[in-house]
Amino acid sequence: MTAISPPLFRGAKREVRRWSFGLLVTGIAVWSLFPFAWQVITSFEPDRDLSRFTPTWLPVPGGTLQHYINVFEVKDFTPYILNSVVVDVSATAIALVFAALAAYSIARLPLPGKGVVLGLVLAVSMFPQISIVTPLYEVLISMHLIDTYQGLSGVYIGLSLPLMVYILWAHFRTIPREIDEAARIDGAGPLRTLWSVIIPVALPGVVPAALLGFIASWNELLLALSLMTSPSRQTIPVGIANFTGIYSIPWGDIAAASVVVTVPLVVLVLIFQRRIVEGVTAGAVKG
Amino acid sequence: MSSVTEIAAPPREPRHDVPRAKTPRPWRQLIGPVLLIVPMLASLLAVSLYPVLRTIWTAFTNTSLETQGSNFTGLANVRRLQHDSLFWQAWRQTLEFTAVTTLAETLLGLIIALALYKTFRGRGLVRAAVLVPWAIPTVVTARMFSWLFDQGGLVNYLLVTLHLVSSPVNFLGSTTLALPTLMVADIWKTTPFMALLLLAGLQTIPPGLGEAARIDGASSWDYFWRVRLPLLMPTLLVAALLRALDAFRVFDLPYVVTGGGPASSTQTMSTYAYNILFSGLEIGYGSMIATAMFVTEVLIAGVFGIFIVRRIRQEG
Repeated sequence: MTAISPPLFRGAKREVRRWSFGLLVTGIAVWSLFPFAWQVITSFEPDRDLSRFTPTWLPVPGGTLQHYINVFEVKDFTPYILNSVVVDVSATAIALVFAALAAYSIARLPLPGKGVVLGLVLAVSMFPQISIVTPLYEVLISMHLIDTYQGLSGVYIGLSLPLMVYILWAHFRTIPREIDEAARIDGAGPLRTLWSVIIPVALPGVVPAALLGFIASWNELLLALSLMTSPSRQTIPVGIANFTGIYSIPWGDIAAASVVVTVPLVVLVLIFQRRIVEGVTAGAVKG
Repeated sequence: MSSVTEIAAPPREPRHDVPRAKTPRPWRQLIGPVLLIVPMLASLLAVSLYPVLRTIWTAFTNTSLETQGSNFTGLANVRRLQHDSLFWQAWRQTLEFTAVTTLAETLLGLIIALALYKTFRGRGLVRAAVLVPWAIPTVVTARMFSWLFDQGGLVNYLLVTLHLVSSPVNFLGSTTLALPTLMVADIWKTTPFMALLLLAGLQTIPPGLGEAARIDGASSWDYFWRVRLPLLMPTLLVAALLRALDAFRVFDLPYVVTGGGPASSTQTMSTYAYNILFSGLEIGYGSMIATAMFVTEVLIAGVFGIFIVRRIRQEG
């Protein structure tokens, strides 16, 4: 807008503000999306184009699927994906059960010392991973669980619990008390009430709790690196971190692998976008 | 402020006016609720509490997988830590990383939250777009930024084309630029999380206040500085605290992008401890570094805690 000359018309001023706001919002969207978009573009470009200093902005025409073929056939990325899925899905499912039971007890039952329990849960979530890794390693060795799905999955259960308990607790406690009462009059015990009444009502909190727990496990590197010692057991983050070439860095292959492991996550997050925002912020918003 | 007490400390529960189950004796009423938290407590105990305590204990021994020794050595590891210049370099760099990223993420997050608070066409899309960096695994972010900031990468192409530099900059090979590059990657990845928390905080401010301020003739600038920011402050501090604690643990970015180099210029506490533990196999000394980290985390939380409590007291 060039209309900011002396007679400041209200309309012109408003136009300027509208445009600069539009620019800001566009800037935010571009800043958020561009780096990953560039990774997607890179994954379809032949090495010949990637090695030139002047970038090829779009992989059409001349795009290639070679990098994706490399990821699955040369690098054999499938085991990483399988390992991650097994470990993270099992950990998330079990943690969700544990977290639901605990959050239900803290939020709705006469549990003594609720504040202490919740404080402990929050404090634990602040422990640096590096300060738990060697004892975990020793424990898993002594239990013959090092380098096994059960071992890493068990560790991830403990790691995703604090956030899950917190989110579920924040949702459970907003449900009207009358509902429990009605369930009890109908003869339901606490577990039955939790399963058939509370969880369905608190579903907007259950979805983000599960998703956030899953994402945390899916992205975890340090413990996966240390507790899965053989290459055939390693998870996706370790696979991506150790992705190297013989002569030069295979940017195209890395980009393709990144896209493969990230797209499912991005799709999930976009589908449940509203639920996640509500779930994460529930504690802060509902007072 | 409700939002702070929510995240910082568990708020007091509203009283249970639900009629108790028809169990006769009070202690029997407690069995159910306590049993329900047992699986969670057992997990936390096994995976977090016991390991941390064990690490603190090991920090005062000379445990090593190489010499197979494991004796209590008192403060020997503390003295070694005091004279370990690499440790202090990592400590400084980690604090620098934490301070810069937390500050930048809070400011940028605030701007994004303020923008996304307004209603405009396509707001849902922009809110979704903002969540994308947050959903991307840090390892992937690390690889993405290595490529963007490579000597033959896009950033250098743009810098050269715009004549800002005469020849490509070796960002990740330079002892002065590598750490800032990692900071940029972290800021990109984590600002959305910040924006999300701050947006939630903004939504707790009654919209009527803005109306009232406008009627009283306050400019939107005044409204921001005198009404919104003070009311948002508790949320801002808690969000910054969570961020700082997380940034202080940074491991994935330096591990993948630079491996701590060049010349240890991107070594953080986590990567340094990891090297000592898993390459040096010096479990005792490595545990001391991890314990030092733990202590620094507690100190960071303490400093923020004092600020937050003071804020709440001020507001009564």
